[in-house]
Amino acid sequence: MSDYRIQGQTGEWEVVIGLEVHAQITTHSKLFSGASTTFGAEPNSQVSLVDAAMPGMLPVPNGECIRQAVRTGMAIEAEINAWSRFDRKNYFYADLPQGYQISQLYHPLVGKGSLLIEADDKSGIPEDKIIGIERIHVEQDAGKLMHDQHPTMSYVDLNRSGVALMEIVSDPDMKSPAEAGAYVRKLRAILRYVGSCDGNMEEGSMRADVNVSVRKVGEELGTRTETKNVNSVRFVMQVIEYEANRQVDVLESGGSIDQETRLFDVATGTTRTMRSKEDAHDYRYFPDPDLLPLVLEDDFLAECRASLPELPDAKRRRYTDGLGLTPYNARELTAEVETFARFEALLSATASAIGKSETKVATQTANWALSVAPGVIKSAKENFGDEADPAHATAERQATILAMQDKGEISGSQAKEIFELVLRTGREPDEIADTEGLKQVSDTGAIEAVIGEILANNDDKVEQYKGGKDKLFGFFVGQTMKAMQGKANPAVVNQLLKDKLG
Amino acid sequence: MADFTSLGAKAIRDGVASGDFTAREVAESFNAAVAAAAELNAFIVTTPDHALAAADAADQARADGKELGAMGGVPIGMKDLFATHGVQTTAASHILEGFTPQYESTVSQNLWNAGAGMLGKLNLDQFAMGSSNETSYFGNVASPWQKAGTNAAMSPGGSSGGSASAVAARIAPAATGTDTGGSIRQPAAFTGICGVKPTYGRCSRWGVVAFASSLDQAGPMAHSVEDCAIMLGAMAGFDAKDATSLKMDVPNWEAALSSDLKGKKVGIPREYRMDGTDEAILDSWEQGKNWLKDAGAEIVDISLPHTKYALPAYYIIAPAEASSNLARYDGVRYGLRDLPDGAGLQDMYAETRAAGFGDEVKRRILIGTYVLSAGFYDAYYTQAQKVRALVSRDFDNAWSGCDLILAPTTPTASFPLGSLADDPLTMYLNDVFAVPASLAGLPAMSVPAGLNPDGLPLGLQLVGKAFDEQTVLNAGLAIQERAGFSALKPNGPEKWW
Repeated sequence: MSDYRIQGQTGEWEVVIGLEVHAQITTHSKLFSGASTTFGAEPNSQVSLVDAAMPGMLPVPNGECIRQAVRTGMAIEAEINAWSRFDRKNYFYADLPQGYQISQLYHPLVGKGSLLIEADDKSGIPEDKIIGIERIHVEQDAGKLMHDQHPTMSYVDLNRSGVALMEIVSDPDMKSPAEAGAYVRKLRAILRYVGSCDGNMEEGSMRADVNVSVRKVGEELGTRTETKNVNSVRFVMQVIEYEANRQVDVLESGGSIDQETRLFDVATGTTRTMRSKEDAHDYRYFPDPDLLPLVLEDDFLAECRASLPELPDAKRRRYTDGLGLTPYNARELTAEVETFARFEALLSATASAIGKSETKVATQTANWALSVAPGVIKSAKENFGDEADPAHATAERQATILAMQDKGEISGSQAKEIFELVLRTGREPDEIADTEGLKQVSDTGAIEAVIGEILANNDDKVEQYKGGKDKLFGFFVGQTMKAMQGKANPAVVNQLLKDKLG
Repeated sequence: MADFTSLGAKAIRDGVASGDFTAREVAESFNAAVAAAAELNAFIVTTPDHALAAADAADQARADGKELGAMGGVPIGMKDLFATHGVQTTAASHILEGFTPQYESTVSQNLWNAGAGMLGKLNLDQFAMGSSNETSYFGNVASPWQKAGTNAAMSPGGSSGGSASAVAARIAPAATGTDTGGSIRQPAAFTGICGVKPTYGRCSRWGVVAFASSLDQAGPMAHSVEDCAIMLGAMAGFDAKDATSLKMDVPNWEAALSSDLKGKKVGIPREYRMDGTDEAILDSWEQGKNWLKDAGAEIVDISLPHTKYALPAYYIIAPAEASSNLARYDGVRYGLRDLPDGAGLQDMYAETRAAGFGDEVKRRILIGTYVLSAGFYDAYYTQAQKVRALVSRDFDNAWSGCDLILAPTTPTASFPLGSLADDPLTMYLNDVFAVPASLAGLPAMSVPAGLNPDGLPLGLQLVGKAFDEQTVLNAGLAIQERAGFSALKPNGPEKWW
């Protein structure tokens, strides 16, 4: 249970949160027309006759949009409705050419599902929690009004008009800004794993309507407000924080909460009324008579399921239980598609470079990927700017470094030096190690010679060591390494010293 | 110049193909007849050049030894509900006045591909809403028929009134119509021509200005059953741009035409015997039974018990869909924009739609908006959909005992323009026999049966099983052969225009 509470003058208040996330489906063309969906095109350059609602134009469902929504539903382990239907949501606005949005009210494509948010003490989530998802339905996006193009008129850009969205509606299961933030991050990760949405919140590919209410602990649900179109995880959390406190203030000063739609003001971090319940539209939903019910065949559903990749929870379990990584490393590595993709490529390359199983090299690879490599990249960027190019850091080159280190040919600090040179030059690590003298000496003869000299020059300490002063072993190691300018393989040095000192 | 206007589509096509005359002669003849018939007000715009260009193409094709299309060299009228590339398309509404599409409807394109040409865009009830062709922004259409002994202008029916009037007056050999709740069949009956509403989905709705999407179907209007079969064949076909289009091959209806009805059972629905139906209509129905019996069919009584609920359900469903379909006419992107000084978006909507839509269109938008409103939706819209399902089931049950159904097309013959203008309910009753087949999506046609004592045409309606246009057309042919009716002289209308 979340212990997030608002401390009011009359006691503690609990916050109840539900999210409706709109996620743009990643397809080349729109939900009901062949027009392109590329972001950032010239206004009204991606508008078909259907999108502009010319007389007599008809919608035809884009099968790929349906497929992606079904795969998303499967990824949250939801019921997939083999029979669903599109409805019209009727209202007038200049960015809505048809005068209605084609959506799904009565029979959504995807029914009940759920998603797991993981315990994270640092963020205030004490334990794992399942968040219910009520439904996912598919609908059209609207166009965009531009108010800054003319002194007295507004312009309309219909590029977005008709773009496919999934509306993912959660149950009111979240009790803190942290839980809501974790939910959005997890949902985003799943969408990106599945490939159904690029999750790009800055470009509006993903945005949330945030429903917030407050109540005294254990009491009935309070009246909720809905804050529209919030487009970052941080803002979602800010909205909840602000709304919850505002509602407590209103209630404690004897007021009541209106069920209303609100807008978030990024500049001030506050919300304000957009329209009250009295102004709410009567959307006159009814089944779209231009479209037949959507009936999904078993073969189609089987293909959707078969095409699902390994999902975040399963991957995380495999990383801990199968690869033996720490829970922290597993979570970090599975959070983003790019991260695990890079890691898995590196892991595979490292295993084959070293000639061991992935499980055997997973921990050293994870440490490299999560702490060593990012540290080197960061400092190289600071010191050398654009000369340091992370594109040079291919999985094969990094694997070569890890393999050299594994074999004792190079030390940890040499590995970092070599990696920095890889970043700056794009040269091959083994070649760098050879030509730059960045190799450990494992040649027993050379090391033995040095050790012999050190022991001869320090026979007093040898006596003391033999007399039981074990700590002096470190002294002999240090002297040997120093004499070899740090290039001796520590394991070989240790072994030889043990042999000599008996 | 020879006059070819007495010819129908088949006669023109075959005559051009065999070289008896040129398509250009035919097109010129009809262009002249159109120009001389302005009093009927059947056309909103005329396109003589389109007709001539198609005719020349047909003549050239013949000269090159190529086979002509199914409508090769036939100039037709195009109901102004079909979008035509580069030619104003208005749905007979002020709100679309001056709108020139940059696209061609699938049905009209199919017809051009089959070799037809266009005489012009035909007048209609505004947005196809009406049964008398009195709701057009571009004026009433007059029927070429007049009541014996009077010269009052009569209604050609609606909404495809321009199509019916033009074909009956022989200023077009054939025309497209659309039928939502009788808009092909009722005007065909009123003007003594044939009209077919095919199975829902046969003809693409892409590029046809929408009235009620779940009901709208295009179809042919022509002089004979043969002409209808030919033209329907050219219009129909699967269209990937219409999600409700039937993914089925188009049969060769023309080739399979046969008036031999042996082995066919014709159902006579007892519920269609309604109060207020003209004696002459009932007489022609009796006559129709005898004709079909004579053609070899067996006549059986059937029951369609939910018939009386069909019209009320239709007048909920159709306006509900229309209220949403017509929301796009908002002054933002095309058509009329009425933007008073200093007005905002809401004012622009209100002014544009107030000025752009006619009274009947507004009435239906209001009805439709009402029946979809929160609190009323279940009582009206949901209930009407249940009735629609029951009406369909009535037909399904009936097919266990018969192959097609014979009924009157309309409860009365045509009426003088203006006589029902203030009585929308009586006007709506015009479609009482037509609406059930529309709700069920079934193929149906009206065939001329003769004249009533006032000298006005009457039609008989045939309704078939889904996808079985052939049986409907065959029975129509059997009636046509026995009725001996022709809108040509001596029993055709006196030319007064």
